[in-house]
Amino acid sequence: MTNELQFRDPALARSLAATLARLVDEIGRPVAVMHVCGSHEQAIARFGLRSLFPKALDVIMGPGCPVCVTDVPEVDEGVVLARQGVRIVTFGDMLRVPGTVQSLADAQASGGNIEVIYSPRQAIEIARKTDEEVVLFATGFETTAVATAAVILDNPPPNFSVLSAHKYIPPVMEIVAEMPGSRVEGFLAAGHAAAITGSAVFEPFVERHQVPVVIAGFEPMDILAGLVELLQLILNKTPRVANMFPRCVSAEGNIPAQKQLWRVFEPVGGKWRGIAHVPNGNLRLRDEFAHVDARKRFTIDLPSLWDYAPPALAGQCICGEIMSGIRNPRDCRLFNRECVPETPVGACMVSNEGTCKIWHLYGGVPDLEATA
Amino acid sequence: MCLGVPGRVIEIHDCTALVDFWGVRKEVRLDIVDEPVVPGDYILNHVGFAIRRIAPEAVGETLALYEMLLRENVDGEGDLMALDVRSEIAGAA
Amino acid sequence: MTTLMEAPTGRITLKQGGGGKAMRTLIERLFVRDFATLPFEGVGIAAMDDGAAMRIGDDWLVITTDSHVIHPIFFPGGDIGRLSICGTVNDLAMMGATNVLALTCSVILEEGFGLESLEAIQRSMIAACREANAPVVTGDTKVMGRRELDGIVINTCGIGLTRTLVRDNGLSVGDRIIVTGNIAEHGLAVMAARHSIGIEGDLVSDVAPMNSLIAAVLELLPDAVTAMKDPTRGGVSSALHEMAAKSGIGIVLDERSVPITAAVRAVGELLGIDPLHVANEGKALMGVRADRADDVLQLLRAHPLGRSAAIIGTCVAERPGKIILDTGFGRRLLAEPEGEPLPRIC
Repeated sequence: MTNELQFRDPALARSLAATLARLVDEIGRPVAVMHVCGSHEQAIARFGLRSLFPKALDVIMGPGCPVCVTDVPEVDEGVVLARQGVRIVTFGDMLRVPGTVQSLADAQASGGNIEVIYSPRQAIEIARKTDEEVVLFATGFETTAVATAAVILDNPPPNFSVLSAHKYIPPVMEIVAEMPGSRVEGFLAAGHAAAITGSAVFEPFVERHQVPVVIAGFEPMDILAGLVELLQLILNKTPRVANMFPRCVSAEGNIPAQKQLWRVFEPVGGKWRGIAHVPNGNLRLRDEFAHVDARKRFTIDLPSLWDYAPPALAGQCICGEIMSGIRNPRDCRLFNRECVPETPVGACMVSNEGTCKIWHLYGGVPDLEATA
Repeated sequence: MCLGVPGRVIEIHDCTALVDFWGVRKEVRLDIVDEPVVPGDYILNHVGFAIRRIAPEAVGETLALYEMLLRENVDGEGDLMALDVRSEIAGAA
Repeated sequence: MTTLMEAPTGRITLKQGGGGKAMRTLIERLFVRDFATLPFEGVGIAAMDDGAAMRIGDDWLVITTDSHVIHPIFFPGGDIGRLSICGTVNDLAMMGATNVLALTCSVILEEGFGLESLEAIQRSMIAACREANAPVVTGDTKVMGRRELDGIVINTCGIGLTRTLVRDNGLSVGDRIIVTGNIAEHGLAVMAARHSIGIEGDLVSDVAPMNSLIAAVLELLPDAVTAMKDPTRGGVSSALHEMAAKSGIGIVLDERSVPITAAVRAVGELLGIDPLHVANEGKALMGVRADRADDVLQLLRAHPLGRSAAIIGTCVAERPGKIILDTGFGRRLLAEPEGEPLPRIC
C-alpha cells in the first residue's frame, strides 16, 4: 500500500514555509491566526511545524480539542456514574481529563468499571455481550458525533445508552471572533469536520465577521498550504471561505451524515472549560432519543462529588483570553503554579498543543533552531 | 476533533469494509459515507467509520494545489527553490 | 502546589505504574528516599538504575528484580512467562552483566487459574531460560482467593557478574545514541490485543533476551559504550529522558533514523499513538563514543537481534534533561509520556 495520501515531503514543506515568511513580511506586522482542531494541534506538534513558522506569525491553538474543552461538570457526570457502579466506555483521550475531584482514570483506580474503546461500534458490541448497563461517554466534535448518531439509529441493545459531551465548533468561532481585543485575523478550520458539514457552513461567519476561514487537512503540507492561503487572504483583505482540502471536503459536505446528526442531536448552550458559555456549542440527544440518553436513564447525583471539592480555581483561568491572543500564559496567576500539565485547570494546559502547555514545556515561545 | 486516516478498501461485506492502512488491515463501517464505495477506493476513517470517499484523482489535485500556491508566491530567490520542488512533484506524479 | 502524590483521592492511579514521570515521582518519594538511608556501598537504590551493583573482588555483582502483571497474559509473540525471564535478564544486561549467574521466580496465582495456561507459561519460561543461558534456581508459589488478584503475577530476580559496569548516567556531549532494533513492537502488539481493536497485521511483541547481543559488543569494545538502558514502559522517550537527566546532557534525536516497521508505524498512525512512547522488550539504547559508533553498529548488526540497529541521536550540552526531536520538517521537544499510551480519537 502506498503512502501517496501522506503529503510529507520535507523539501516541499520548506518551500511552503519560505512562502509563509514572505507573506508575513509583506503584511508587515505580527499576525495571529487560530486553528480550531485537536488534530491540527497534534499534527503541528508531531511534525515540529512550529519551528518552521515565521516568528511574526502566531498560530494560536483555539478551543479545538473537544476533550480539553469538556467542562468539569461534564467529566463529573461520567465520574459519578462510574462511582454509582455503572459501566462506562469512552475514548482514550477522555480518560485523564480532570473533573472537580477525579478524572475517569482516577475513578477507574477507585474501582470504577471504565474501559477504553476506539469506536462507538465497540460500545454496542460490548453492550450486546452483557446484561449490565453500558454507557458510552461520548466526546468529540461533529465528526465523532455522526458516528455516535449512526450507532444510536442502528437498533442499539436496551442496556446501551449515551452520555453526550459532544461539541459543535462553529459557535465557538463566533465567541472568539467577538472577543474584544481579539488579535485573531483568520481561522484554520478542521478538514474532517468540514468533510461532514461542508465548507459552506462557514459562509455566514465570514460574512458577519469579515475574517477569512481556510479549511485544511492534516498532513504537514496541508497545514502549511492552508496557512499560506490564509495569509494571502489576510494580505489581500479578501475574507472568504477557502477550501484547501478538496480531496475530502465539498461545499455541501456529507448530507446523509448531516441528516443523521441533526436527527439525533440538537445544539444547546453550555460552558466550555476555561472559555465561556457557548450558545449552541454542546450537542445533546433530542427528546425523541430519551430512551438512549444516559442523563434520562440514570439519576446523576453531581452534588455528591462536590461536598469535598477543593477551592475552585476555574474562576481564575484566563484560557479564553489566551486563545484569542489577548493575553499570554505569564499573565495568568495559575500558570506553572496550580496549573501544570499534571494538574491542569484550563484547556490550554490539558492539550498537548495548548499555548500554556507549550510555554510550560519550552519555557516560553519555542525556539530550538539554535541547538546542534 | 478528528483523527482521520485514509485507507484503501480491500473488500466489502454489507455495511463493513476491510480497509488497508499502509499494510495493516482494519474493519471500517460504511453507515455514514455518502457515496457508494467499491474495493480500490480510498476512504477517510474516523473512529472506525468511513466518513468520506476520497476520489482517486485526489492525489494529483492536491499536489497541483500546492504547486499553485508556490507559483503564485514566487519572486527572486524563491523561484529556484520552487523550481526544484516542482520538478520533484512532476517526478513523483 | 498540588503534585502527583497529593491527588485529591490519595490513591494510586494506573498512571503511576505507566513508567513515565508519574511513576518516577512515586518511587522517589515513597521508596527511594528512605531506603537510600540504609548503609550500602555500591550502585544502590538512589541511582534508580536498571539494577544495583556491588564490588566482588575485581568484578561487579549486579542484582535486579521485576514484577510482571501484564494483560493479556498471552499476546502475539509471547506471554507473561517469557516476559518475566527476559525482563530480568535484560535489566542485568543493561548494567553489563550479560553472564547470568542465577534467576529466582516467585509466582502468585488467583484461585481458579487454568492449569493448562500455567503449564504453557512455564514452558515459555524454560525456553527463555535456555535462550538466555540463565537458570532459575529458587522460587516461591502462592495462591490467593478468587478476585483477590487478577490471574497471575510473576516476580523474577536475577544476579550476574561483570567486569565492566555500565550505568545509565554516563552520557557525555558528543556521544551517539544507538537503538538496537525496531521500536514499539511489544507495546502496540499488547495494546491491540488488550483493546480488541481488530487490527489484522504483523504486530508481534519483540520480547527476547538480549544478553548475547550486548555481550557481542561489550566483549570486543568494552570502552565504547558509555551508557545503556532498555526502553520498556514509557518507551524510547522515557528511557532517553532518564539517561539525559542523569547524565546532565541534552539529546537531539533524528526521528527519521529511528528504525520502525511499516506495520508498527501504521498502527501508531491509526490509533494516534507515538511509537516513541511505546514499550519495547527486546531492544536496548546505548550511548556510544562518537569515534566508535560505527564499530558498535557493525557488531550489533552481525547479531540476529541487532539487524536493524541504527544511530538515532547525539548528545549535546544544551537543554540538559530534554530531548529535541528533529522530525525532518522542524524540531520540537519530545514530551515525556504521561502514563500508559491510549488510543486517541482527536
